[in-house]
Amino acid sequence: MLLDVKNLQAWYGESHILHGVDFSVREGEVVTLLGRNGAGKTTTLKSIMGMIGKRTGSVQFDGHETIGLSSDRIAHLGLAICPEERGIFASLNVLENLMLPPQVRPGGLPVEQIFGLFPNLKERISSQGTKLSGGEQQMLAIGRILRTGARLLMLDEPTEGLAPVIIQQIGHTIARLKQQGFTILLVEQNFRFASTVADRFYVMEHGRIIDAFANVDLTANMNKLHDYLGV
Amino acid sequence: MFNISTQALFAQLLVGLINGSFYALLSLGLAVIFGMLNIINFAHGALYMMGAFCAYFLLNVLGINYWMALILAPLLIGVLGAVLERTMLQRLAGLDHLYGLLLTFGLALIIQGLFQNYFGSSGLPYAIPQQLTGGQNLGFMFLPNYRAWVVIFSLTVCLATWYAIEKTKLGAYLRAATENPTLVRAFGINVPRMITLTYGFGVGLAALAGVLSAPINQVRPLMGADLIIVVFAVVVIGGMGSIMGSIVTGFALGILEGLTKYFYPEASNTVVFVIMAIVLTVKPNGLFGRA
Repeated sequence: MLLDVKNLQAWYGESHILHGVDFSVREGEVVTLLGRNGAGKTTTLKSIMGMIGKRTGSVQFDGHETIGLSSDRIAHLGLAICPEERGIFASLNVLENLMLPPQVRPGGLPVEQIFGLFPNLKERISSQGTKLSGGEQQMLAIGRILRTGARLLMLDEPTEGLAPVIIQQIGHTIARLKQQGFTILLVEQNFRFASTVADRFYVMEHGRIIDAFANVDLTANMNKLHDYLGV
Repeated sequence: MFNISTQALFAQLLVGLINGSFYALLSLGLAVIFGMLNIINFAHGALYMMGAFCAYFLLNVLGINYWMALILAPLLIGVLGAVLERTMLQRLAGLDHLYGLLLTFGLALIIQGLFQNYFGSSGLPYAIPQQLTGGQNLGFMFLPNYRAWVVIFSLTVCLATWYAIEKTKLGAYLRAATENPTLVRAFGINVPRMITLTYGFGVGLAALAGVLSAPINQVRPLMGADLIIVVFAVVVIGGMGSIMGSIVTGFALGILEGLTKYFYPEASNTVVFVIMAIVLTVKPNGLFGRA
């Protein structure tokens, strides 16, 4: 297992959000967390990354226990996050945004290859980061964590609010990253998109994992899934 | 009436530029600190004063000259600042501005009180370094070398700081962490250490201004308290947290004060505050501030 999460609990101030999350991700897999709004998917990603103040349980990455580490230490083990709000910095231009995350390990993609994946970024290299379109900002947010040498990429709703053609481009990108050996943990509301890229799914509800299945068993589980997601 | 006193006009302009240099260095430090720590550093004036005292002790106790003091005093006061940040200010992270303001204000009173207790209120002399004594006769005015040096050196330090923050990789970390410290930390950058170093750097700038000021204004326990109120007005006019804003406003208001001293001396102590009131009415975020 590259990532092994056991009985993960997390709190925002007084409110208890995660009530014991258990799941795992193997090296080279694309795994998707599904679930309704407020199920705890984003909090799960942030807890793994160490961005939540109070968390307990166990998160092992590549054999290292990370539950007691600060998020900068966790990043250096080879995890990276692309947050839901994308986190593009307004006071930095596109190139500065792209080059911001330091290299934590060898083996990141060269910048030229990132521009190959997202040619739009190269054309707008000196624009202010937040002047980009939503799709371009998403590409920038994904692109900048490909440079760092991180092996596990956590993408929080990368397709949210984007046009179908851009969603397709992001789908192709995820497929290519998987080919290159990246491991990807995805949070998605867009189930149809997730079904085109993921190997396995976990379903979350009320801060717990309530079900899991592989992509090949998807059609057999369709009715159950509609119930879970309320679609 | 005007032609007989061009000498006086330029003399006041020079005084204005000198004051502007100190305003700019101090408000720049305040802007950097406010951006990263979200703290209104009321101890800034006291640390400026300590910079001047540091130079005084280095010279009179250890025999270390002005030029070394120009490097050592900001370093020593910067380290002191880093210690203050680690032991006290860090605990206030995430709380209302008011707490940081009260803590640093209290620190300023304690520091100033201690120095007043031991050194009284009168000034201790600090000689102009011999390389910079004398001056140039420019025809329309006499320009003392040391004063020219203060203006040029301050401007250089201010612009170098601006460049470092706006144009370098380290500056990009700083700007990004000002916007979203949690995410920058999740990229693998030790943000708490960066915050400590930023505070140390900001108060180092104040100490540097203190050393520069020592040969002009003498070394006095209340030298910072007298200056800091005007500097805060400069920060408010320029826009809290704006780097270029604090530099431009610092120099501009110094010059304006100098001009007022020439044309209408009665208003010279209040002109900055009148402008502050007008700016706050028209542009509450300051001339260079972001909404």
